[in-house]
Amino acid sequence: MDHLDQLEAQSIYIFREAFARLKKIALLWSLGKDSNVMIWLARKAFFGRMPFPALHVDTGKKFPEMYRFRDHYGKEWELDLRVDPCPPIDAVDPTLPPAARSAARKTEGLKMALAKYGFDGLIAGIRRDEEATRAKERVFSPRGLEGNWDVRDQPPEFWDQFNASPPPGAHLRIHPILHWTEADIWAYTKRENIPIIPLYLSQNGKRYRSLGDADITFPVNSTAANIDEILIELEQTKVPERAGRALDHETEDAFERLRVAGYL
Amino acid sequence: MNMIVTTASPATPNGTTSMPNGTTRPQVRIVIVGHVDHGKSTLVGRLLHETGSLPEGKLEMLKAVSARRGMPFEWSFLLDALQTERDQGITIDTTQIRFRTNSRDIVLIDAPGHAEFLRNMITGASQADGAVLIIDALEGVRDQTRRHGYLLHLLGVKQVAIVVNKMDRVDFAADRFKAISDEISTHLEGLGVTPTAIIPISARDGDGVAERTDRIGWYKGPTVVEALDRLEPARPLETLALRLPVQAIYKFDDRRIVAGRIESGSLKAGDEIVIMPAGKIAKIKTVESWPVTPVATRQGAGRSVGITLDRELFVERGDIVAHAGTAPRDTRRLRARIFWLHDKPLAKGDQLLVRCGPKESRATVVAIEKAVDPGELSSTENKAIGRNHVGEIDISLSNPIATDPYTENPRTGRLVIEVSGRIAGGGLVLSVDAGQRAVPVDIVPVESALRPDERSARYRHNGAVIWLTGLPASGKSTLAKALERRLFTNGGSPILLDGDTLRAGLNGDLGFSTADRSENIRRLAEVATHLARNGHIAIVAAVSPAREDRAAARRIADTAFREIHVATPAAVCEERDPKGHYKKARAGALAAFTGIGNDYETPKAAELVIDTSARTVADATDEIERMLKATGVLFDEMVDLAANI
Repeated sequence: MDHLDQLEAQSIYIFREAFARLKKIALLWSLGKDSNVMIWLARKAFFGRMPFPALHVDTGKKFPEMYRFRDHYGKEWELDLRVDPCPPIDAVDPTLPPAARSAARKTEGLKMALAKYGFDGLIAGIRRDEEATRAKERVFSPRGLEGNWDVRDQPPEFWDQFNASPPPGAHLRIHPILHWTEADIWAYTKRENIPIIPLYLSQNGKRYRSLGDADITFPVNSTAANIDEILIELEQTKVPERAGRALDHETEDAFERLRVAGYL
Repeated sequence: MNMIVTTASPATPNGTTSMPNGTTRPQVRIVIVGHVDHGKSTLVGRLLHETGSLPEGKLEMLKAVSARRGMPFEWSFLLDALQTERDQGITIDTTQIRFRTNSRDIVLIDAPGHAEFLRNMITGASQADGAVLIIDALEGVRDQTRRHGYLLHLLGVKQVAIVVNKMDRVDFAADRFKAISDEISTHLEGLGVTPTAIIPISARDGDGVAERTDRIGWYKGPTVVEALDRLEPARPLETLALRLPVQAIYKFDDRRIVAGRIESGSLKAGDEIVIMPAGKIAKIKTVESWPVTPVATRQGAGRSVGITLDRELFVERGDIVAHAGTAPRDTRRLRARIFWLHDKPLAKGDQLLVRCGPKESRATVVAIEKAVDPGELSSTENKAIGRNHVGEIDISLSNPIATDPYTENPRTGRLVIEVSGRIAGGGLVLSVDAGQRAVPVDIVPVESALRPDERSARYRHNGAVIWLTGLPASGKSTLAKALERRLFTNGGSPILLDGDTLRAGLNGDLGFSTADRSENIRRLAEVATHLARNGHIAIVAAVSPAREDRAAARRIADTAFREIHVATPAAVCEERDPKGHYKKARAGALAAFTGIGNDYETPKAAELVIDTSARTVADATDEIERMLKATGVLFDEMVDLAANI
């Protein structure tokens, strides 16, 4: 088994545990490279069929290419796709800096969707290597009734034994690709021939490394026009993946505040 | 400036960062543990810096943060990215960081040392192939150091490098280093762990991390980076016996897929397997996958797979698929060495939930055999195991589970304990009190000397189970005997399995309760299926009133099964009453008799329905023969099969 085989087998194990141990789960599909890999892994885990809904909590501010991708592959992959809107910006904590406030809409949208469908598990495509607070995550990560994350009181998690009994009304975040890196995602996308949104590839010397809302996500300088070139670029770069995400850089703890409140 | 990582092999111009893509290099997971404030985070920060693994601008950013807070620069700020951590000055949870030495990809798990956060240390250390145990040169070996040493041993982490940090605080004194070395070596060797290296360092200044500086000129051993470069990845699990714990059974389409991850050993289509703890035997029909299926190659430990079996057995989540002959033991009783993380001490009589892989079972603590605070190993008691303490317990389980002693299989020989839905402890299986059903371990199915096609050629039919169901006196036995005679006359090999006849011997222990009736049918089906597999036509005549029991029989016999509903009207059956049963039942002298009540469940999809009140026996036998031809049991044409052999 090579490195990618190991990552894949571990993710499939996590998917099957989530499906076996929780009553009502959904996969959060943000349309980006990570959640596309997740859907692929879910189809591997369940032999071609993802037996739970894909949930897109839509800020309405994604790139047009992302909406086109969603509409096309939602059908082709035969997903049970649920698209749910986010509340207006006025409904969000005004003390947050602008980009973080914009991102916090998504947290609110997520809470609304959770209340609407009654999911007890949400599968999310975060990775440890993306960002320092994500590095602290559990694979099965409990959330409070308000969707909040208590980093000081996380349950022990070892030997692939997961805590899967959220209290009534609360839910778990399940992270099947927590152990992957950005380079792993690309190498696997290439190996499995998983479709991608073209925004990830260089045009006029720039490309997106991470896709969020169009108004708070910016491209990085890059000449990588295909996945092989992206992999070479990642070997050499020291620019962090989320450099183009405005919300990460507004204040020292902006991202942590968002995550504790329930952001991904 | 980034330092070059120096080892015996030639260094590349840019140190480790210019090594080829890491996918082909051995990956080693290490955990850094030790008492709070002994310098773990500082060492990690320094290691990242020295191996050139820091993202651009990170160092500058942290310098700015330190300046803004009016604090001197701290290497540990690198990891303590959380606001709370910066405020409290401790590392709260495990963080995974990657970097490279000359020949290894290292995944570094930074584990917090604060006693309150021991569960996080275990979370980190349980995933590690090796460990670095850090000790403050000034403070020396502390309770927490010993506790961590013990837990590494308990978690099965065998490779432990000791780092004696803050040597600058003791003027780099060789005798201070030696005293600490001796103390920790004695402690660890008492647990059966030999340190791979003991290294004097100053993480803050860099002595001994990637370089041997003059200040530790008296030290001749490896640096920290060199010691990490010598760690070995975990040993291959593929060499152990097959263990496939079942996560789920999926039936999304016409396949019935048993899904799970191979924890050890390997499997392939065609393998004879046994499903524990029940001890059921089958063959792997296919290994299914997506997008390409089936998979022909042998699948080894670590793979998440899906298999189909050659027969429909009742398999459930938590069962273990193994090879016949090397199966795990099934038990309701085991001894385990555990660590306890819950506030409330674990005591004799406690009711728990035990998880062993995907299998869960209620359990009761029969005895606490030992309870120890690993910080001060001398104090032993045996009433209860307190928070952050370890011990040995004897537990009884309400459901049988299949497991191995830890020494035989590290993956299936471990368990966790849940209290109120949350993991409260975990440990290793020391010994298994093998259950009543230890037999399957030694069962090796013997295949017939003959191939099915050899028998088919002689008998001119395939093996089959002809299941005649219907009310008492409906004519099942009469038809069965006529069919037996007809098949035999034509050169076939029919065998009659009459329900009543088998109750006189094989099933003599069974009564007429619902459970006994089910078991009676199961045994009939098993015997009939064995005969069918060996090319005979087993003709079963049994009332078999329960639809579910007949469905179970069909699952057992699978494609060999042909159901015939002998649908003679009830009034006709009662009028015939050749054995006098109806008469007795009407008189109340025959309990649990099928026929008078409404307890016969009519088949919905029988291959054939025959009303013996409406036709002769010969006529009915003809029709059965036609059905057997149409469904591939009897060969339509008299072909010279022998020529094909």
